Amino acid sequence: MTVPLGAYIAVSAGLFFIGCAGVLVRRNAVVILMCVELMLNAANLALVAFSRRFGAVDQRGSVFVIFVFVIAAAEVAVGLAIVLSAYRNRPVIDVDEIHQMKG
Amino acid sequence: MIALVWLIPAFPLAAFLIAGLFGRRWLGHWTGVIASAAVGLSALLSIGVFLEVLGGKEQTVVPLYRWIGVGDFSVNVAALIDPLSAVMLLVVTVVSFLIFVYSNGYMADDEGFYRFFAWLSLFVFAMLILVMADNYLLMFVGWEGVGLCSYLLIGFWFERPEPYLAAKKAFVMNRIGDWGYTIGIITIFLVFNSMNFLDVFHRLDQSAPAQNVMTIICLALFFGATGKSAQLPLYSWLPDAMEGPTPVSALIHAATMVTSGVYLVARSMPLFVAAGSSLEVVGVVGAITAIFAATIALVQFDIKRVMAYSTVSQLGYMFLALGVGAPVAAIFHLATHAFFKALLFLGSGSVIHGLGGEQDMRKMGGLRRRMPVTFWTMLVAGGALAALPPLAGFWSKDEVVTAAFVNGHAVLYAIGIITALLTAFYVTRALWMTFYGEPRDQHLFDHAHESPTVMTLPLILLGVGTVALGIAIGFPPEQGFIHRFLGPVVEAAGVVEHAPELATILLLAAVSVAAGVVGIAIGVLMYVRHRPDPAAVARAAGPLYRLLVNKYYIDELYDHRIVEAARAIAGASWAFDIHIIDGLANRLGWALAMGGQGLRRLQTGIVGNYALTIMAGLLLMLVAYGGYAAGIFGR
Repeated sequence: MTVPLGAYIAVSAGLFFIGCAGVLVRRNAVVILMCVELMLNAANLALVAFSRRFGAVDQRGSVFVIFVFVIAAAEVAVGLAIVLSAYRNRPVIDVDEIHQMKG
Repeated sequence: MIALVWLIPAFPLAAFLIAGLFGRRWLGHWTGVIASAAVGLSALLSIGVFLEVLGGKEQTVVPLYRWIGVGDFSVNVAALIDPLSAVMLLVVTVVSFLIFVYSNGYMADDEGFYRFFAWLSLFVFAMLILVMADNYLLMFVGWEGVGLCSYLLIGFWFERPEPYLAAKKAFVMNRIGDWGYTIGIITIFLVFNSMNFLDVFHRLDQSAPAQNVMTIICLALFFGATGKSAQLPLYSWLPDAMEGPTPVSALIHAATMVTSGVYLVARSMPLFVAAGSSLEVVGVVGAITAIFAATIALVQFDIKRVMAYSTVSQLGYMFLALGVGAPVAAIFHLATHAFFKALLFLGSGSVIHGLGGEQDMRKMGGLRRRMPVTFWTMLVAGGALAALPPLAGFWSKDEVVTAAFVNGHAVLYAIGIITALLTAFYVTRALWMTFYGEPRDQHLFDHAHESPTVMTLPLILLGVGTVALGIAIGFPPEQGFIHRFLGPVVEAAGVVEHAPELATILLLAAVSVAAGVVGIAIGVLMYVRHRPDPAAVARAAGPLYRLLVNKYYIDELYDHRIVEAARAIAGASWAFDIHIIDGLANRLGWALAMGGQGLRRLQTGIVGNYALTIMAGLLLMLVAYGGYAAGIFGR
């Protein structure tokens, strides 16, 4: 028995909007980074699902997922570095408190 | 020696650098000694160069380096050494040296001593570049350089308003003349594709351009010459230039810089000969200037102003000579005038120095007992100015008027003779008011003293030159040394010298001397015998006298007609610039700044807002894409 494509997409969409809501709502910078990660992986899920479904025609979906892994790792490294240096500057990680760079 | 010709301007340049950089702190009064020594070395080298040219090297080009090279057009920094430039080098350096020595005494108490010698050395450098240059462009460098130094030195005492206003006037009027010079050399470049004197004259021989083009070139160059050499209509800066220190008046505004216009025309003689009618213009302008300035000099009371108008008048004689096709007479008069007019100015300076700065002749009188050396040397120079034989001025002025007569310019000849009479009169008047009679200001007289040796020695040497120079290089008349020496240059220019017969020469000389003697006699009658009394004559002449005292109202005319118009145009341009050009730029900048202020508020610094914006944008794009794909917005 195979799981239909629509189910994968539904899970992916669900994960994506959970992540999206987290980014918008949460204030803890680390949690925001985790939510961004969630969104990326939602996209990954959709990509591998399509890749499996249309693998005979095109394998590029799977390849793209590898790219996203790398970019996600880089993004986390940079993001955590920013959070860390912001924390050293002022001991808060609440993003609403960090607004000194506004115009 | 000719190979070393570039050392001649190098010494004054070095003196300028030394005086300017080290004069104030370290050298003190040694500045003057060093500068004088440098110019003295230049003078010695010039004598060497002169002797070598005399020995047969008629034309040598000494290149220094290539200045501009574009395609087949090139301008070199190179010296053209021929009899004409050799004479100029000699006159400039020798007279400069004597005036430098004199300045050591005259400027001794001035706190700008080092500055004075720095500018004066720079002036000599620029003047030497002007006379040595082998092309119009390098000459222009010297031309502008002497103009700049003239400005700096007229305004030397810039703490008072008159000198700096006079300096500004001199600079602006010179710039107006320079406009003509620039037009001239640009046209020369367009027509001949060269600025080198020898190339231009060579190409002129091969294929002469149209007559009217030549006329434009010559009149433009001559307009430049009228600015530098203080001829009508650009003469009025020279009398005002007397606000500068007296050695400056002697060196720059009598002996050297003001003769550069004469030199320019003499150097460009082939062009003027080829352009026929423009020589007539030169002669007429020169003659009118000569008599015009002489009439003003009749009634001035400032001793330096009398000399200044006299200089304008004598420069007029030189242009008169050029105009009637006698460049040798012009250069001859230039050389003798450099000596006797420098002497007259230095003598006036000695008087002014002895009287503690007084320049008004009405407060002088009887000074011959107090200042014998100054008196005797000025008497010699005055005699030369009045063209009494055997002094230098006689030989050269006589050649000028003789040339006018022989070449068939009867009117110009008549003007020359009348001017000679006026000249003799005003020089008699000036010398009498200064040195003879009873002291008119007893207090000044009691404090008057002869100048120190460092000042009287140059006077004596210039006096020797004034006595000997004319007979040494001008005898026999029309065939003297100066004619043989400059002959090749003049012949190459295409000027035919008409040597008159001896009887004609003697007759014309007798007329000139008679004019001089009559002028002196009238002067003596009026000022010594008071028959008629000068004041009575002034009253009788009424409006004419006032016209002369006010210098024909030329300054007022220029002020009302030209300066005010220029001011109005400048004011309108200023307003346009401030309100339109600047206004536009400022409004634009203001609008952008305001826009930035508004947009700045979008950047809140709250990360959530940014994220929300991104999401909203993404959603909008998705909706738009989806709607487009579904055909909601039409295909």
